[in-house]
Amino acid sequence: MTIALETQNLEKTFGGLRVTRDLSLKIEQGARHALIGPNGAGKTTVINQLTGVLKPNSGRILLEGQDITDLPVHKRVLRGLSRTFQINQLYPDLTPLETIGLAVSERLGHGGDWWRRMGTRGDVNGEIAELLTRFHLLDVMNEETVTLPYGKQRLLEIAVAIAAKPRVLLLDEPAAGVPESERHDILAVVGALPRDVTVLLIEHDMDLVFSFADRISVLVSGALLTEGPPEQVARDPQVKAVYLGEEAVNV
Amino acid sequence: MTAASDVGFHAQRQARWHYGEVAFWLMVLACGFLFPTRYLIMTDILRLALFTMSLDLILGYAGIVSLGHAAFFGVGAYAAGLLALHGIINEPVLALIVAGLAAMVLGFATSFLVIRGVDLTRLMVTLGIALLLEALAERFSNITGGTDGLQGIEMQPIFGEIPFDMFGKAGFFYSLAVLFVLFLFARRVVHSPFGLSLRAIKNNPLRAAAIGIPVNRRLIAIYTLAAFYAGIAGALFTQTTAIASLDVFAFERSADLMLVLVIGGTGYLYGGLIGAVVFRMLQELFSTITPQYWQFWIGLVLVVIVLVGRQRLHRWVLYVPNLIIRQVAGRKAVVAVPESDA
Repeated sequence: MTIALETQNLEKTFGGLRVTRDLSLKIEQGARHALIGPNGAGKTTVINQLTGVLKPNSGRILLEGQDITDLPVHKRVLRGLSRTFQINQLYPDLTPLETIGLAVSERLGHGGDWWRRMGTRGDVNGEIAELLTRFHLLDVMNEETVTLPYGKQRLLEIAVAIAAKPRVLLLDEPAAGVPESERHDILAVVGALPRDVTVLLIEHDMDLVFSFADRISVLVSGALLTEGPPEQVARDPQVKAVYLGEEAVNV
Repeated sequence: MTAASDVGFHAQRQARWHYGEVAFWLMVLACGFLFPTRYLIMTDILRLALFTMSLDLILGYAGIVSLGHAAFFGVGAYAAGLLALHGIINEPVLALIVAGLAAMVLGFATSFLVIRGVDLTRLMVTLGIALLLEALAERFSNITGGTDGLQGIEMQPIFGEIPFDMFGKAGFFYSLAVLFVLFLFARRVVHSPFGLSLRAIKNNPLRAAAIGIPVNRRLIAIYTLAAFYAGIAGALFTQTTAIASLDVFAFERSADLMLVLVIGGTGYLYGGLIGAVVFRMLQELFSTITPQYWQFWIGLVLVVIVLVGRQRLHRWVLYVPNLIIRQVAGRKAVVAVPESDA
């Protein structure tokens, strides 16, 4: 099996606080890998290091075997590593059409084009239309993002990440804050991602994790506690103690 | 219509020319014939409009605040002055471009300082650069004429054909042509993927980087382009007034620019143009009524604009015209000013 994304002995400290401790993860090509852990386990810090928002103190990050530890954020995206955010990071004043159009243009290398107007490239338009349709955004494509209902914004958040045609996709709590009625769309979209895209899912919702993931890593206090297929992780007494069975321990 | 062509159609929605825009420019052109005694103030407005458009490019589109935009205006002004004074380049249009390029070089060099940091740092850095240049211009008075400024500039005819006349007619139409050409160029740029990426960076730099936009490179590019525009505005100032003095670098000039843009509205290019007209008109009006206290009234207007919100003001102003238009052309045909918040 080839490894799509790998961390080697990753370390990150904020002042005296070790938020990532000697973390070595291997995510296989095409995997549906989930990273779980209690609040404050440092899951988002890991994501931020993977995507380049934060620099690790030591350790390496490999994308398809190539060292990307020192690459800036936008270059990692162009290499095929894309993400969604736990809290929507969208452009409030831009429409879904513009938001996705920009992501597609950027990927196809037209982003720096300062002369040709938006909307005049057939290939870009085709892709935008395809994404808008797939993410149920066609009917609101000219509305400003800030005016969209939360569920639609969440879909847009994922659509933007997909527009980068990632080979590895990091989903940071994709269903967070989405009302029950709009949840189905999100889960369907996430479930329908093509198998050649490797997915690393960070999630609180255990139903979603166990229905989606074929492999689970458990992070506690910045260190890897255990890793394995869902059944094994679910049975692990250590995991139950620190995470799944918190209530039982408290009683 | 297929979804793709539909997308293409809507993506170009804003880039298409609207009737209102055509009417606007015809009106500006008409002013040149309607008010032959007011060329000097109208030229002044055009210069200010161009200068404000430059600030709009970085502030309205890319979200870079600046309190020292006069730095580029000043470099353009002195460059044009020196070129003409020493007869290095006598043809005004060529000299104008060279002066703009001089400001552009400074813009590129200082952009690296400006893109770092947050709004407050940017305010301080841009302010500092303008003050620095003002001090340098004063120090090297053998080149700049110091506090006296450059004197005895004589402008040669444009293209060797059209001389600058004492009523400022040639100066006005020359400035208008320059403004219009640069407006067309800016309009093209802001509706390109590059222009859209600037708005994305302004909205959310974190996400912009996360879809693969090289944020810093884009900011450097637009800052450099804006410096070129400001330099051209400065050069127009020297060419149409035949003077260049230290006040081209003055802090008031940069600060006024912010006011103009706030009055006109940011992020739709016309903000600078409308703002320049309104600002100068108000200035004229208030200084006729109360020569000493006009700044008080300008200040009051500004506070009202910010508190009430420009969107609401536009709606009030356009209330009556829209009432009439609706009677004639039906419900949907209303005049609205495109808006993005200051």
